[in-house]
Amino acid sequence: MNAHVFKSTLIIARLTFREAMRRRIVLTGLLLGICFLIVFSTGFYFITGEISQNTASMQANGVNQGITRIARVEGINMLLLAGMYAVTFLSIAMAALLGADTLAGEINTGTIQTIVTKPIRRASVVFGKWLGFAALLGLYLILMAVGTMLSVWLQSGYSAPHFLAGLALIYLETLMVMTISLMCSSAFSALATGGIVFGLYGLAFIGGWIEQFGSLLQNQTAVEVGIITSLIIPSESLWRRAAFEMQSPISGALGMSPFSTVSVPSLLMVGYAVAYLIAALAMGVWIFQHRDL
Amino acid sequence: MMAVPAIETIQLQKVFGDRTAVKGLTLRVEQGEVFGFLGPNGAGKTTSIKMLLSLIAPTSGSARLLGAPLGNLDMLGRIGFLPEHFRFQEWLTAREFLELHGQLHDMEARTLAQRINALLERVGLAEFRQKQLRTFSKGMLQRIGLAQALINQPALVFLDEPTSGLDPVGRLLVRDIIRELREQGTSVFLNSHLLSEIEVTCDRVAFIRHGEVVRVLEMAALEGDPTAVSIRARGLTPNVVEGLAQWGEEVVANGEQLSLKIRGEDVLPEITRYLVGQKVDIYGINPQRMSLEAIFIETVGQDGGL
Repeated sequence: MNAHVFKSTLIIARLTFREAMRRRIVLTGLLLGICFLIVFSTGFYFITGEISQNTASMQANGVNQGITRIARVEGINMLLLAGMYAVTFLSIAMAALLGADTLAGEINTGTIQTIVTKPIRRASVVFGKWLGFAALLGLYLILMAVGTMLSVWLQSGYSAPHFLAGLALIYLETLMVMTISLMCSSAFSALATGGIVFGLYGLAFIGGWIEQFGSLLQNQTAVEVGIITSLIIPSESLWRRAAFEMQSPISGALGMSPFSTVSVPSLLMVGYAVAYLIAALAMGVWIFQHRDL
Repeated sequence: MMAVPAIETIQLQKVFGDRTAVKGLTLRVEQGEVFGFLGPNGAGKTTSIKMLLSLIAPTSGSARLLGAPLGNLDMLGRIGFLPEHFRFQEWLTAREFLELHGQLHDMEARTLAQRINALLERVGLAEFRQKQLRTFSKGMLQRIGLAQALINQPALVFLDEPTSGLDPVGRLLVRDIIRELREQGTSVFLNSHLLSEIEVTCDRVAFIRHGEVVRVLEMAALEGDPTAVSIRARGLTPNVVEGLAQWGEEVVANGEQLSLKIRGEDVLPEITRYLVGQKVDIYGINPQRMSLEAIFIETVGQDGGL
C-alpha cells in the first residue's frame, strides 16, 4: 500500500480527533459522564449500605452466610449492569451525533472541498474520520466504564466477571452505531442521519425486549421477531451479549434482573455484528467516492 | 512539439436530473497562462471548475489537467484550489490550517514550515499566525484561503471568485499575487465576476453561456487601436460638428460633450488640428478602446443568458 495513502488517513484521523475534542458535543458528553459517575457512586453507596444492613439482619435471623453473601453480590452486580447500561447509552448517543454531522456537515459547508482536492483518496477521508472517532469513543468508553467499575470495586470490593469481554462488546456496539451514522452521513443531511440512526437504535431496543419476553414466555414467534431486528441492526444484541458476559452466574441462570439477559445472543451474532460494521464502513466509502460534492 | 496544455477539455458535460448545468465545455489553457472564465450567474462556471477538480463527476466528455486524467493523485499534488463558498476548519489557527493542507500534500516538515512563513507574510497575515480562523474577518479568510491554494507551489491554480469579500487593498494583493504567479510560470484559472479584475490580470478569457464557450478572447486585442474618441470642448457649432464626419461615424454632440467612432488613432491629431482651427477650446480628448464590459454584454447578451 502506498505510504502516502496511509499517512493521509492518519492526518485525517488526527484532525477528526482534535476537532471533536474541541467541539461542544464531546465536552457535553464528558460533563454528562461525570454527572453520571457522581450520581451512580452516590446511589451505589446508599443502596449497598441498605444491602449490608439487610444481609446483617438476615444473618441475625439465622440465614446461612453463603446465601446472604450471594444476595449481596446479586444486588451489586445488578447495580453495576444498570450503570454499564447507562454508560453504553451515553457512548452510543455520542457515537451517533459525532458520525451524523461529520461528512454531511462538511459537504454542506464546503469544508470538504479543499480536503478532497488534495492528492489523497476519498476513502482516506472516510477511514480517517472513522479512526479518529473510534479512538475518541474508545477513550470515552474506557473512562466511563472503568470509572463505574472502579466506583463499585472501591466501595464493595466487587468486580464483574468477564469485565473486559463485556467492555469490548460495548465498544463494538458503539463503533457500529458510529459507523452506521458515518455511512448515512455520506449520503444524507446530518439531521436525516441522526433520525435514521436513532430510529434504528430504537428498533433494536424494542426488538431486543420482544425477544426477551418471547423467551421468558416461550413464544417462538416473538423470539424470531427479536432475532430479525437484531439482523437489521445488531446493536442491542451486542449489549445483551455484553451484559451476559458481565452478569453473575446465578442471576444468569435465574434470569432475575432487568439488565441481565434471558435470550443470549450467540457468538455468531457477534461475528455478524463485526461483518455488519465492515460492510457499513465499505458502503460509506463507496457512497462518498461516487457522489458529487 | 507543443507543450502539454495546463487544461484541456473536450465536450465536458454535466446534467443534474433534467437540468443541464454544463452543456459541452471545450477549452484549452496553455501552461503559464492566466486564463479568465467569464459568464453570467448560472452559466455553469463553478460546476465546470468542480468537474475539473473531480468534485463532481462529468456526465460525459473528457478532460486532462497538466496532461493527466481527472482525479489523478500526482496531478492533484501539482494543483491549487480556492473554492468560491468555503468554510474552513475554524477551530484551527492560521498556521495549523496551512500545516494541515501542506501535510495533505505530503510536504516535508521543514520545507512546509518555511513555506507557511513565506505565505503568511505574503498575504499579510504573519501577525495572526497563532489566531484561530473563527476570529478572522471574511477578507482574512479569503487571504488564508489563497495561501492554502498556493501551499504546494502548484503548477496550476484554480481561483473561484478570489476577490469576493476583499477590500480594495486585498484586491490589489490578489492581483499582485496573480502577476507573480504568471512570472513564475504558474497557470492560473480565474473565475471572477469583476471584469476589471479579469481585464488587468488575464492573458485570455473565455465567455461561457449555458455551459458552453461562446467566445475566447485575447486580452491583448483590447489594447489595440481605439475605436472611439470622446472630446470635451467649448464653442462647438453645428457646422463644426458636421465637419467631423470626414474622420469618423456616429458623431454625437451634447453640450460640451462630443463623441464619434473612429477607425484608428492616426486621425486624432487631424481632429485636434481641425477643432483648434475652428476656434474651439478643447478641455479633454480621450481615445476609447473596446472595454471588456462592452464585449461581455455583446457576447452573453443583455439578459445575462437567462
